[in-house]
Amino acid sequence: MKTNELTLKKAIELLDKSEISLSDVYKDTESVIAEKNKELNVYLDLDKDALLKSRGQERKPLRGLPIAVKNNFLTVGLPTNASSKLLDGFMSPFESTVTKKIKESGGVVIGKTNMDAWAHGSSTETSDYGSTKNPRNTSYLPGGSSGGSAAAIASDMAIAAIGSETAGSIRQPAAWCGVVGLKPTYGRTSRYGVVAMGSSLDSPGPLTKTVEDSALILNYIAGKDENDATTSPLPIMDYTKNIKKGVKGMKIGICYIDHQKIKGTPVAKAVIAAGKFFESEGAKVDLIETTPGLKKGKVLSHEHAIGVYTVVQRSEVSSNLSRYDGIRYGKDRSNFGHEAKNRVMLGTFSLSKGYADKYYVLAQKIRSLYLSNFKDLFSQYDLLISAPSPSFALPVGSLGDDPMFGELQDLLVEPSSLAGICGISIPCFRDEKTNLYLGLNIMGNYFNEEKILQAAYNFEQGTKWNPWAKI
Amino acid sequence: MTTISTSTVKHISKLAKIPITEKEENELAKGFNKALEVIDSLFKVNIVGIEPTHQVTGLENILREDKVDEKKIFTQEQALSNTKKKHNGYFVVDQILAED
Repeated sequence: MKTNELTLKKAIELLDKSEISLSDVYKDTESVIAEKNKELNVYLDLDKDALLKSRGQERKPLRGLPIAVKNNFLTVGLPTNASSKLLDGFMSPFESTVTKKIKESGGVVIGKTNMDAWAHGSSTETSDYGSTKNPRNTSYLPGGSSGGSAAAIASDMAIAAIGSETAGSIRQPAAWCGVVGLKPTYGRTSRYGVVAMGSSLDSPGPLTKTVEDSALILNYIAGKDENDATTSPLPIMDYTKNIKKGVKGMKIGICYIDHQKIKGTPVAKAVIAAGKFFESEGAKVDLIETTPGLKKGKVLSHEHAIGVYTVVQRSEVSSNLSRYDGIRYGKDRSNFGHEAKNRVMLGTFSLSKGYADKYYVLAQKIRSLYLSNFKDLFSQYDLLISAPSPSFALPVGSLGDDPMFGELQDLLVEPSSLAGICGISIPCFRDEKTNLYLGLNIMGNYFNEEKILQAAYNFEQGTKWNPWAKI
Repeated sequence: MTTISTSTVKHISKLAKIPITEKEENELAKGFNKALEVIDSLFKVNIVGIEPTHQVTGLENILREDKVDEKKIFTQEQALSNTKKKHNGYFVVDQILAED
């Protein structure tokens, strides 16, 4: 086995036993990048001195290992363009908190991964630098917006990766690429130095080969940051400590599989099978009904979440992207791509005089219904499970000109993103004909990352869907 | 139901300071109206007595002392390092006042 195919945990173990060296890891990683990056379009920029930078990191927690980072995290020394031509060549004079923490923990940013431009999308097809291909089957999309980071893991071009999620942007590409993606609770990881999209939603998180690797990365990136006032003062923990505890005695609810788009499909079947697995492991599992209005003990329909999310996110986008004036950095605003224009302008409309109350305040009120719904559900259940995406990966070119493409892709995760709770997507099925994967979305209450990791680890170890788990 | 005309799109493009072509005006209007169809379903939801969400994890009034952090100050060179237009160590901005 080549060293770039190792999990983070195994690579650390073998480095500590001197069975492999960092030079081996960089040689193997760089060789797969040289072989496949042109075709897959995973990295937009690579650090040619990555091996050099790993020197002296050997005793730190991440041991100098190569980490792929989504192109919306500001990094000193490597360009950051959020996959938009508007920011072409931008060199940040300061570092994002998450990448600063990765570097301080001994991780080396080996390169910046492709994404939907400004993270606006669920396919990487809105990138101004071309879409990324799904390493599992190159006729298909990797999902997005963190599609490059998910593909970096699926193709062993990095030992672990960092992405960000506003609604689905970590979990959906993780599902489509057959890797693990953890979206932490809003405010568990810092947004400082991340190119802002929806500030009340954005959550940086890991994309990794295994559940335990995600727990390890979360250990080093989570926590209060004085540069991001929305980060939580709640203490962080060692997320690997209780990871093997299992699900015995937990109460788990299955959500959204009665949705017309997925009822009876392989997606719904995989979620039901996961429910049965957890039952066999000693959890009590219920199928929860979806209702159009708020009802005690039922799941509030995700249908309204699309509208709420569209208004809230477009409004925040219009405000955040107003900083790109082409004066201090970047090119002028005529360089926004079609999707960014679409989002900024719809947000400008929904925040304009006469419409702010009609749309924005209304959306934030309905958002409160989702918060109440999850509060109620988590008073009865430890965890909720569903699908992170309504389908397998879609073929390259699927975006077309549908202005709501991303929203329809993300409809099953939008309620949880609007509420800001945590979730993890893990591989739960592989289609033998296409080699494409489905994910299982395990959601937990605010700051219950430990619990979702326990269930995810239990599933990963007890089923055959993640081959890295056996390494 | 609210619909967005191409002249509204033109007005929004001015507010957002994003220049668009006539072809884009039509495309964007079509897209906005498709999005508004989805958004309009929100008017059916009962929100009587519901307060809007402001912060999801319940944080309130997070304040810090108003003091300068020397470590975060850019040098003039750093601040100007990414601009396309500078003049004698200054950013060049668009003129906003008429000459007369």
